[in-house]
Amino acid sequence: MTVAGSVEPELYRSGRRKRSRRRRFNLIAALVGVAVAVTVVVAPDWGLLAEKYADLDRARDLFPDIVTTATKNTLVYTTFSFIGGLLLGVSAALLRMSSLRAYRWIAAVYIEVFRGLPALLTIVLVGLITPVALQFQFPEILGVPTGGIVALSLVAGAYLAETVRAGIEAVPKGQIEAARSLGMTHTTTLWRVVMPQAIRIIVPPLTNELVLLLKDTSLLAVLGVTIATKELTQFGQDAANQGYNATPLLAAGLMYLMVTIPLTRLVAYLERRNKVMR
Amino acid sequence: MRTPAIELVGLRKSYGDNEVLKGIDLAVAKSQVVCIIGASGSGKSTLLRCVNRLEEPTGGEVRIDGIDICHPDCDLDLVRRRIGMVFQQFNLFPHLKVRDNVTLAQRKVLGRSRADAEAVADDMLGRVGLTEKVDSYPSQLSGGQQQRVAIARALAMEPDMMLFDEATSALDPELVGDVLDVMRRLAAEGMTMLVVTHEMDFARQVADHVVFMDGGTICEQGPPETIFGNPTEARTRQFLERVLHH
Repeated sequence: MTVAGSVEPELYRSGRRKRSRRRRFNLIAALVGVAVAVTVVVAPDWGLLAEKYADLDRARDLFPDIVTTATKNTLVYTTFSFIGGLLLGVSAALLRMSSLRAYRWIAAVYIEVFRGLPALLTIVLVGLITPVALQFQFPEILGVPTGGIVALSLVAGAYLAETVRAGIEAVPKGQIEAARSLGMTHTTTLWRVVMPQAIRIIVPPLTNELVLLLKDTSLLAVLGVTIATKELTQFGQDAANQGYNATPLLAAGLMYLMVTIPLTRLVAYLERRNKVMR
Repeated sequence: MRTPAIELVGLRKSYGDNEVLKGIDLAVAKSQVVCIIGASGSGKSTLLRCVNRLEEPTGGEVRIDGIDICHPDCDLDLVRRRIGMVFQQFNLFPHLKVRDNVTLAQRKVLGRSRADAEAVADDMLGRVGLTEKVDSYPSQLSGGQQQRVAIARALAMEPDMMLFDEATSALDPELVGDVLDVMRRLAAEGMTMLVVTHEMDFARQVADHVVFMDGGTICEQGPPETIFGNPTEARTRQFLERVLHH
């Protein structure tokens, strides 16, 4: 649409070409999306799906055990393992930064080994083999079998150690210099100046580790369970096996999400807040 | 002759093969203000940081009131509480309010009660003109205000001497004046001060003694009138021409 006599600039011609290419791309993307949506709606046998995945009668039968036993156990295992993992993790992180080479080595070996092994293997190794090999029985605490919890703590501790160390090292060196120049001892500096700042840095990734740990408690079932010690996944699996119906698994999945989604939302919030504070 | 407050004797510092301080002799008398000037990389900050052993000297002695603090038996924490230090990057504790920044070391190091420490903190923050900021967090303050809090934090320990490591270098130009005013007042009150600075006017007006460093050595030192008015060394003249005429 050039005005007669004037030459249309190359800039405009090129810009128009790009705009029409963009439009064509958007149109194709929209068509693909519609095709996928139609397939998803039309293809499955919804009646069968509803029966196999969302059988409300079966779902009702899961209560209250799915909450009072399965979810409770999952949360208890998670809490115990997380506390154990934190103790191990903070210790390993401090050892890792020790001035003594031997301590640094011990911590490094621990961290590398347990981060490098699959959690499942560690659980079997610690929970099943150790009691046999060392003639040692893991005690029950408050009705909770501790073998698997020790194993999970070892795994979590190895990951948490690196998170904690990264947090401590992220505190600027000038903070330590300022504290020491005021005459504070090494210990006072660590607990009054470095740690409070490190914790703020650590909490978001720590919460992520908590979510991972929560999901890993599903592995504990390999150690064998009783009705009272079933956690969510095993509970769902056992219930699903009666009559080949996936409803209990879906219900167990929803239970996980009810815990994990608020946690991951919390991480997002904390990360946003941290950005503002620095 | 009276014992100097700070005395460096043949002070050396190297990082691997890189010798940053090549045998420094320097004395700061009580109530004296000594300014160290020189290009970046000349070793002036390293020298200052050796005085309270934030940097570990590799040779020579650092004497505070005549006592060598590099002696293995020396309790550094006791030495450091007598030497206030102010950093280029302020290094306020970001997780603490302004008042708590000033009380933390008083309480943990000097063992003062919270009430006593807060009284001292409010007094010191008043002296640097920040009474209304006691409940703010450092991130809510301008650079100049943060640096004045840092000075108050150091002064609250009632130190015998103060080290300033390029205290105004990280500040916007319009904020430098407030910090220099506080330092001027401190000098007038008779504080012993060792000041690494790029502020030539401050050095000229406030210093009793000016030290020009170059390449890890003291190239020239003397009263400010001589160093700025009639330097003998060519390197001093070159440096001053570069910083004063641009």
